[in-house]
Amino acid sequence: MGMKIMTGGFLTTVQDLGRIGYQETGMAVSGVMDQHSAKIANILVGNDCGEAVLEVTMMGPSIQFSEDNVIAVTGADLGFAINKQPAAMYRALSVHAGDILEFKALKTGLRAYIAFAGGLDIPVVMGSRSTNLKSKVGGFQGRKLEAGDEIGFRAPVRVLDHMERRVAEAEVMPTKEIEVRVIMGPQDDCFTEKGKETFLNSEYAFTSELDRMGCRLEGEVIEHVDGGDIISDGITFGAVQVPSHGKPIIMMADHQTTGGYTKIACVITVDLPKVAQAKPGVKLRFKAVSIEEAQELLHEENVRLASLRDSIEKEKNEETIRFKDAGALGSAAPEVQAAAKAALTAAFRENALSPAGDYIYWVPAGTFRIRVGEEEFTVELEKETFGLR
Amino acid sequence: MSNVRYLLAGDSSIDVEFGNSISPEINRDIRAFNIAVKKSEIPGIIETIPTYRSLLVQYDPETIRFHELTEQFDKLMGSLDSIEIPPPTVIEIPVLYGGEEGPDLANVAEHNGISTDDVIRIHTGRDYLIYMLGFVAGFPYLGGMDKSIATPRLKSPRVRIPGGSVGIAGEQTGIYPIDSPGGWQLIGRTPLKLYEAEREKPVLLEAGQYIRFRAVDRAEYDAIQKQVDDNTYQYVTYNREEQ
Repeated sequence: MGMKIMTGGFLTTVQDLGRIGYQETGMAVSGVMDQHSAKIANILVGNDCGEAVLEVTMMGPSIQFSEDNVIAVTGADLGFAINKQPAAMYRALSVHAGDILEFKALKTGLRAYIAFAGGLDIPVVMGSRSTNLKSKVGGFQGRKLEAGDEIGFRAPVRVLDHMERRVAEAEVMPTKEIEVRVIMGPQDDCFTEKGKETFLNSEYAFTSELDRMGCRLEGEVIEHVDGGDIISDGITFGAVQVPSHGKPIIMMADHQTTGGYTKIACVITVDLPKVAQAKPGVKLRFKAVSIEEAQELLHEENVRLASLRDSIEKEKNEETIRFKDAGALGSAAPEVQAAAKAALTAAFRENALSPAGDYIYWVPAGTFRIRVGEEEFTVELEKETFGLR
Repeated sequence: MSNVRYLLAGDSSIDVEFGNSISPEINRDIRAFNIAVKKSEIPGIIETIPTYRSLLVQYDPETIRFHELTEQFDKLMGSLDSIEIPPPTVIEIPVLYGGEEGPDLANVAEHNGISTDDVIRIHTGRDYLIYMLGFVAGFPYLGGMDKSIATPRLKSPRVRIPGGSVGIAGEQTGIYPIDSPGGWQLIGRTPLKLYEAEREKPVLLEAGQYIRFRAVDRAEYDAIQKQVDDNTYQYVTYNREEQ
C-alpha cells in the first residue's frame, strides 16, 4: 500500500508548493515552509519539484513502510533513523517493506522534508495536495497526520537508476543568528525614518509564537507615522507585518490572503528557508536589498537546482565541461587539453572527486587541480559545470 | 488612474495600488485592471488578488522581471477605458433572521433603538458590493451597510459560529463561510454554502459581485437547506442595473 503512521509527531502534514489560483477567493496558498529543501528532496528521488512531500516539524513521526520505495530526507537534522540506525540525509535511499523510519531528536533547524519516489497517493483538491489546516481541506483529510493513518505511494520503485548520483550538499541550518534580506515595502512609507532605521539596525529574536501562519519577533519597537492599521490589502509569503504594537511578524505559508496591518518589508524568496528553519530564540537582523539583487539571487538558486537535476539525470560528456579560467591548460597542446577534459569528465561520472584521487577540488570556488601525465594544471570551471557531481 | 502606484511586495509580487479608501469607484478600477491583466498576454503572471484598494499581482521573476512588468502594466493602464467589464451581478442570499439562527438580532435592534423588524427591513433593503474575499476561503468583505444598524463586535468572541451565519461588526456586515470563532453580532443564517471543496466552483461568491439578502421563514429555510444538500438548489442571480 505505502506507509502507515505509527506516531504522528508534533506536526506532520502533506504539502506541495501550494494551492495556486484561489487566493482571489480567500483560500490561502499553504504549501511547504522551506521550498528549497523540499525541492532538493524531490529532485533526489526523481520527482517534479512540485510533488507532495511530508513536512515534519520539530518532533518527527514514526512511519512503517508496507511497500518498497526510494525516499530522501532534507531540511532540519531531526535525528533521522531507519530501523533504529542513523540514516543519511540529502541522499536517495531505498526503503523496504517492514522498515521503520523515525526521528530521534531535534539537532538543527526546525522542519525536515521527506520525498517519496513517484509521489503520494493523496487527492488533488483545488489544484494542490497541500494541507490547509485552517480550512481543513487538502493533504491528508485536511489535517495533520496521526497514528493509524495510511498513505499510499502512486508509483513506488525499489531502486532508481544512478543511485550513486542522488546526493546533494546539506544546507546550513540557522543556529544562533541569521541575516534575513528583505525588499522594503509595500507600506514602508507608513513608518518614520526612525522606525525604518530601527527595523534595519536592531537585532530581533524569534519567539515561541511561531507556526505555519507566521513568526512573531521580539525586539525594538518600530515607529509608525500614524498607527499600524491600513485598509486591507494583499499579503505575500514573507511579508513583515508591523501592527500598532510595533513588533514585527513574518507571514509564512499559511498566511491569510488579505490583512489590515502595515507591512514594512518582505523577505526575499531565497531567504524564506532560513526563516522556516529558525527555532524560537534564534536571532535575526534584517538587511534591505534591491529588487534586482533579490531576483538575481532567485535566478542563481534556480540554476543550482537545475544543475543538481542535470547532475543526476544527464549523461556527462566533454561538452558539459566548461572552463571559466583554464590557466596554463588553455595554452597547452590540444591533446593535453583533451586528456584533461576527459579526466575531469570521467571523475564527474564516477563521482570520484576527492582529496584522495588525482583531482582535488574546492567547492564553491570550482577550482580543480588536474594531473595529465607529468604536468599539473589548475583550472576554474564555470559554476553550472561543477554543479555536476 | 493617475493615482496608481506600483508597490514592491517582495521579489515575486507587485501591489498595484489604486487608492487608499473603500469606494465603489476604486473597486471598479481594480476590477477593470484585473480583467485587463487576465486578458493580456503578459508572460509570467501567476495569479491576482483584488483587495479594497489594490490588485496584488504574483509573478514569476524567471519569466519577467519587475521593471519589465511595470512597463507592461503602464500599457494596460492606457487602455483600461476600452476594457469591456461585464455588468455586475447580484446574487440573492436567503436568510432566516433571529431565533436560534440569529441570537444577537435583539442586541442590534436595542443598540440602535429600533425594532428587530426594522433591522431586517434595513439589512435586506439594499445591494452590498463584495469588495474582496479574504480571511478564509469564501469570506466576503461587503461594503455599503446602512449605519443605522451598525453595532460593535461582541466583547467576548464566540468559540464557534456555525458556517452560514450572517453578522454585523461595527459598520460591516458579512457571512461566515465555515464554522469559525468570531466576535460578530449574529442576526441570521443562510442555508447556502459559501464554500464547498468538492463543488465545481468551490467558492460561491466573487469580488465585484453584489449580494442581496432576502428574509425567509423556517419552512423555506429548511426547504432550501434540503436542495443545497441535494445539489438541486438554483442560485438566484441577475444583472444589476447601474444606478
